Parts: sequence; C-alpha cells; structure tokens
Amino acid sequence: MTAQAGTGDTFPKLLLEHARARPGDPAIREKDLGIWQSWTWGAMRDEIEVLAAGLAKAGLTRGAHIAVIGANRPRLYWTLTAAQALGAIPVPFYEDAVAAEMIYVFQNAEIAFAVVEDQEQADKLFEILPQCPALKHIWFDDARGLRHYTQKELSSYDHLAEAGREWLRERPGFFGQEIAKGKGSDTAIMLYTSGTTGHPKGVVLSHDNLVIASRGYAEMEGLRTDEEVLAYLPMAWIGQNLFSYAQWMVVGFRINCPESADTTLTDMREIGPTYYFAPPRVLEALLTQVTIRMEDASRAKRALFRHFMGLARRVGAAILDGRPVSPLDRLHYALGTLCVYAPLRNALGMSRVRVAYTAGEAIGPDLFVFYRSLGINLKQLYGSTETSVMVCVQPNGEVKPDTVGPPMKGVEIRVLDSGEIVLRCPGLFREYYKNDSATRDAKDAEGWFHTGDAGYFDDGGHLKIIDRAKDVGKLSDGTLFAPKYLENKLKFFPHIKEAVAFGHARGEATAMINIDVQAVGDWAERRGIPYSGYGDLAAKPQVRDLIGECVEQVNADLSRDAKLAGSQIHRFVILHKELDADDGELTRTRKVRRGFIGEKYATIVDALYGDAGRCVVEAQVRFEDGRTGTVRAELSIHSAKTFPRESALAAA
Amino acid sequence: MNLDEARLADSAGRKVGDVILQVEAISLAFGGVKALSDVSFDVREHEIRAIIGPNGAGKSSMLNVINGVYRPQQGRITFRGETRPFMEPHHAAVQGIARTFQSLALFKGMSVLDNMLAGRNLMMKSNILAQALRIGPALREEIAHRKRVEQIIDFLEIQHVRKTPVGRLPYGLQKRVDLGRALAAEPRVLLLDEPMAGMNVEEKQDMSRFVLDVNDEFGTTIVLIEHDMGVVMDLSDRVVVLDYGKKIADGSPDEVRASQAVIDAYLGVKH
Repeated sequence: MTAQAGTGDTFPKLLLEHARARPGDPAIREKDLGIWQSWTWGAMRDEIEVLAAGLAKAGLTRGAHIAVIGANRPRLYWTLTAAQALGAIPVPFYEDAVAAEMIYVFQNAEIAFAVVEDQEQADKLFEILPQCPALKHIWFDDARGLRHYTQKELSSYDHLAEAGREWLRERPGFFGQEIAKGKGSDTAIMLYTSGTTGHPKGVVLSHDNLVIASRGYAEMEGLRTDEEVLAYLPMAWIGQNLFSYAQWMVVGFRINCPESADTTLTDMREIGPTYYFAPPRVLEALLTQVTIRMEDASRAKRALFRHFMGLARRVGAAILDGRPVSPLDRLHYALGTLCVYAPLRNALGMSRVRVAYTAGEAIGPDLFVFYRSLGINLKQLYGSTETSVMVCVQPNGEVKPDTVGPPMKGVEIRVLDSGEIVLRCPGLFREYYKNDSATRDAKDAEGWFHTGDAGYFDDGGHLKIIDRAKDVGKLSDGTLFAPKYLENKLKFFPHIKEAVAFGHARGEATAMINIDVQAVGDWAERRGIPYSGYGDLAAKPQVRDLIGECVEQVNADLSRDAKLAGSQIHRFVILHKELDADDGELTRTRKVRRGFIGEKYATIVDALYGDAGRCVVEAQVRFEDGRTGTVRAELSIHSAKTFPRESALAAA
Repeated sequence: MNLDEARLADSAGRKVGDVILQVEAISLAFGGVKALSDVSFDVREHEIRAIIGPNGAGKSSMLNVINGVYRPQQGRITFRGETRPFMEPHHAAVQGIARTFQSLALFKGMSVLDNMLAGRNLMMKSNILAQALRIGPALREEIAHRKRVEQIIDFLEIQHVRKTPVGRLPYGLQKRVDLGRALAAEPRVLLLDEPMAGMNVEEKQDMSRFVLDVNDEFGTTIVLIEHDMGVVMDLSDRVVVLDYGKKIADGSPDEVRASQAVIDAYLGVKH
C-alpha cells in the first residue's frame, strides 16, 4: 500500500479524507465476546457523524470541554473526533483516577458533558456531582449495572446516537459544515499533567501541534496505511494520544482495542502490531514473563536459549544496526533466528514489529539491548505532553542505549549553563489552561520551552537526559553531579531496589542502597547463606561484596563518560531497613525523597563523608498496623573502587 | 453490549415474584442418622435465599434434595407448579436448576471455555456425529452456544483465562469458572454451595458482586449456602436457619439475627 497520508489540518477533516479515499478499509477493531469486530473508515465516519449531531443537540458548543473516561474503546475514540468536529475540546481522564482527583479538573475546565465507559466511571461522577454543579450530561457505553439508575444526568450512548439521527434528519449537511469551520490553530485536546506538587495543569494542544508532530514521525519512519497498532495505554496519556489517535488520523492506519487489560498480551499476539509503543515497565514485565517461563523449560531448551541469547547479546544489535559482523556470526545468528529469536518474537507478539518506541522513564541498558538483540527495532524517544512528544528520536542504525537521539526535524534545542534543556518545536503547546503564571514559567518570551530536564549532547549529537534540572548539583570541584542518573544506573541491577545518591557541594559522590530482598534472597539461598530478614541479609559480608561489584560496574561505566566521570561513587552504605512511603522516605509513586532522607539519616550521610567507617542509627519505623517503634542498627561504610577517566574501556 | 437484551426485557430487574420452589415437611435419613427432619420453606422467583447453620446442620443435604441427588423419605417438593415426592436429577436439570459445588466440579484438564460449553450439553440438540463433523445445523448450534458462553465469560470477567486449562487457575478463579459453568445452563434457580469458602476478603467481595449481578441482570433465583455471616446478611433477601436437621428460624436477615434460637445454636446455651 502506498503512503497516502491525509493532508487536512484538523482531525475531523482527516477523518473525512480517509472515509472518502478508502471507505472499505478497516479503521478500528475491538475484541468483543472473543471475536475481533471491525469498523471501516466509512462506517466510522457515519458513527461519528451521528455522535457529533447528538452532542450538538445536547448543547455541546465550540470551545466547550467534554470529559472522556474509560479504557480504550472505539466509542470513546469516536467521542474525541465527534467533539473535535464541533470545535469542542475533549479532556480524557485516566480510567483509574479516583473521584477526588477528578473534582479539580471538572471544576477547572468547567466540564458540562461526559462520555464514560461503564458503571464504575459513572459512579465516580455521581460521587463528585455535588462539587461539580456544571456537569449536566453523562452518557455511558456499557449498560451493565446501570439499569436501575434514575439520575436525570445519565443516559446511554445509544440514546445519544438516536438523538443525533433525529437532529440530522432536519440538518443533513450539518456534519460537513461544522467540520469546515475548524482550523488547524483550534484547540484539539486538553491533557492534564499529573503535577508532583499542587494541582494538575491542563496542557492545551492545537490540531497543528499534534498533526505536525504526527507527520514528523510518519515521514521519519515511513509509516503506511496498513500499519497495525494496539491501543492499550491510557487515553489520557500523551503517548497514547499521539501514537494511537493523532497518527492514526494522520496516516490512516488501524488501531486495535484489546478485550480487557488482562488479555493485552494474547490480543497483541493475535493482531501482530507492526508499530508499537511501550513504556519501560511494560517491556520489563514481558521480559520477566519470558524469564520465568524459560526457568520452567526443559534443560535442553534452557541450554539452547542461553547459548543463542549469548550470541544475540554479542552480535544481535550490530546486525540490526547494519554494522559489520563476520559471516560466520551472521550464519550462527540466522540459525538462532530459526531456533530461538523468531519463536520468542512470536511469543511476545512482536513478529511483525517494524518500529517500536519506548519512553516515559529511563530504560535499563540490559532490557533495551535484550529486545534489540532479538531483531526488534526498539528505539527511544524524548518528549513530553507540552511538546506533543516531538523532540528527539533515535534514527534507524544510530541507536545507543543511553541517549534519546538527535533532535527531530524542526526542533531547536539548547542546553543552558544550569544544564537545563530548553527547546522550540512545532508541537509546542499553547498554554496551561487558566494558568498564565505557569505558562510564563515554562515558556519564555521567545518561545523557548523550559523542560525542567537536565542533559547534554554527546559527541554524536545525540541528546542524553540525566536528571531533573532542579536536582542536578555540582561536586565541590565543579564536576556535574546528577543524582537520579546514578540512582537509575544502580537500580538497573536486579539486586538493588532503591538507591539514594549524595554529593552536591561535597568532595565526592556517595550512595545509600536498599537491596532487593527477593532477588538477593534468592541469590543467598542458592549459595546456602542463611538469613532471617532484610536487616540481617543486608549486613552479610557476601551481600556487601555483591553490591560492591554493582557499584564498581557503575563507576566503570561512568569513567567512560567525559562529563560524569568525576561523579563516581566513592563510598556506599547498605541501609538497615527498606525505604518506605509510610515513613515518608518515598513518594506514593515510589520516587525517593532525597532531601528528606538526607535530613532523617544525617548521621549516615556524615559517616559516608567521615573516617569512622561505621555509624549507629536509630530510626523510627511505622508498622503496618499503625504502631511505631525504633530500629537500632550499626552500619558499616564501604569504599568502592573508582576508575580513572576513559581508562575502563577494556572492562566492557 | 454484553447483555442479553431479550433476557433483560422479560426479567425486568430485581422484582421478587411468586413462589417458584417450595419444600414441605422434608425428612431425610441415612440409616439411623437423621439429616433433615420436617423442614419446610419456600423460595420466591428472583430472590436470593440463604440457608445457614452450623456444621452438619443439613445445609448441603437440603441442596442435594432440591436438585434430586438425595431422595427424602418424606415430604414434597413443588417446583414451577409441579409437585413431586422427590426430584430426579435430570428433571431438576431440564427444568432449570443448576448448582455449583463446595468442592469444585470442573474438568481440570479442559479449558475454561470447554468447561462452560459442557455446562450447556443439555441444550445441544444435534446428534453426536453431526457435532463431530461440524455439519449444517450442528455448526450453527455450536456458534449459538459459543456466543452465549462468551457472554458469560465477559460477564464474569474471565476473558484472559478463556483458553487456560482450569487446573492451572488459582482457586478463586476456579470458583468463578464453576459459577460460569452453572450459569451456562441458563438456570431459573441457581444453587450455590459455599461459593466463598476458602477465599480471601477481596475474592469474597468480587464473588459477592457477581452473585448480586447474576441475580440482578439475569433475574436468576439464587439459593445459597454460606458460612460467612457478613456475606449472608448483605446478600440475601431471606434466610432459613437449620440446626441438627431442623429448621429453627426463617425470615429477613434482621429477624434471623435477632432470633434467640439462632443465637443459641451459634453461640451455645448455658446448661
């Protein structure tokens, strides 16, 4: 199929183009009662027309907001386009958002209309209704459990469609006329970013933002109308919105909605997506499944797997990148494809993947290389809600595990002296909704967007993200110190669960480490090392050596990085207790609260920079039943080997 | 979209109707052991009726009498207007009584889907040869059965294990599959023998919701045995209490809770 991407400047116009050009091609599928149901572009256009008319009849007008809440369902996707056709602005919500979190958004955006998936979401809206008096209409897709509801706000999607048909009987050209009024500069969607502090901010994105960003990706990767995409991530997330909605409308490929969250893997195998997007945690979960199943396999299969995975690690990524590899290795790899790689790709549902992206958080190099070495073209990209995810992406053949690639076409990037990345790009959002001061903080007068991320360009012109800008510090000799970068590197080892790095305004970098009690426990069991619990295990000399090796490997890696070689970890301590959100040491989303930990464990920090080599701590812990108690422990401080700059190449 | 619209229309929600099942003066003995003596109660259409009592009170025996596994020596059973001295198992099944078991009754080696299809075997009309060859009407019939079973799978939210052998599922899910197998027979009356036994709190909550939903969406009458008092009191419309094979109380959960005989049976009496 030739590329015949749409040329329209708004999503509804693109829909009309596809429906006209190839009305019989499938546009969206949903697995229902065990069978994939599809709707063609033509059928979908008609559905959206009726829906838009129904919404217009109910009073949805240009510029008004409409909430869309639920899992990936065709009718919810249609609601996005139907609202956009009327010039209204859809506001998708995370389906697992709790009612209390929704109140602010409903009040902030003065939302009067909502289309929800099912009873669960409707219940949440009725819970917040007293605080959100503007909310007048709630339509539901799945009627289960809702039959006895008598609230006047509630009615079914089918009623909405019926009202739309009535409205259209009197105004046959309505849909086309409304769409023609739309311009690319109109607001297309509003996505709320989950602020770590304060209220979430509504990011206002125009059709132009999303359409141009989508075209950027489509041109770069040569996306075609016959791509298959699995729509399985939350609709309220910009990644999902760009890859499964905006690009879908621009390119005109097919999206597939899984039957339920639990069946995603099976559904993915059935569909065989050609274009795939997954955050690192999803890739990690897949790998864990493979590893567990391999451990249960027969001895011969395990040996085969080990042998060929070893080969893949050595040459797989090079073959994918088109770098020179000896003919013998190529032959060997081809045999591996037959025996291991192809069946494994099939089990992962990735047999047909041409391009796969990962983004959202740092990905461990082992995890990243695992997929690439199997011949799956997994690449990293960098972007945020504010930039319509269009900043950097790794081009084919130039993929490195620790960078996010060079800037995309039309994107300008500068790195400020503070290390912060600022950029200008066509996908850049218009504003934070009703929040001028936040908009001014993020976007300066010349249109540079302050990302809040710190990073730099490597020698090849690839951007490398190291940390949040506000967390980046300097050692006393002026060397760049990026605590999260060090912590992530440590946490990529399965034996390390949490790490907290210190070093700002100090002479050298140090770290506190939490072992992963499961992984290290297994490790100890296999070696016949007895232990009673976390504290006991953490204090074992063998464990200290194990963690010491991990730290040294991180140091070896760092020594190869011109900018960060100075921030190698000189000393570390294995904490006596696990960091816990109940004790305020982690946030609820399991991010370490570095400042708080530094104060709470000031004695340990002092010991890390003192000469005593040990320290005694007393910490208050909160038990699960709410009682508190103190834990007293003596900790020893360990030194780790560091490497001179650039000298550790041989260690790789 | 996952509702059987036709069924919905006629059941019209939870309106408790007329008596659908009545047992009168049932006595059942195994040799010298009296399992039930002179027990009478009725079950109304669309209601959730609980049978409770201490261990050995005769609860499971009562269910076995209702679906014809045991033949009582005395008494009468009236089901949908027909009075019999005892039920025959196949009468019970054909007339629309299905049950789940305290110890699961599933084919461990077969998939969830096949187990549930097996629950519909009474409704399969074409002969075995036509079924094996999948010709003509047999194929159409199979599609219809599969569709109904898929609706139940969707209803019970077990799509992700559709093709998994039942023996590999955790216990809580197996219980749900057992419920699905019983539902596949499209029963008028569903007998549940300790549907929450051995479950943790979360599984119990899920199961309670499914029981209520079955009752609500399909209009199925439910007779349930359960030990967990909280569950019984929350779910049921009326409760009958057995002790040593005798009925000692019968009424709404509040009435039963206040009954001195019930308190004595559960907490013991001072001698």
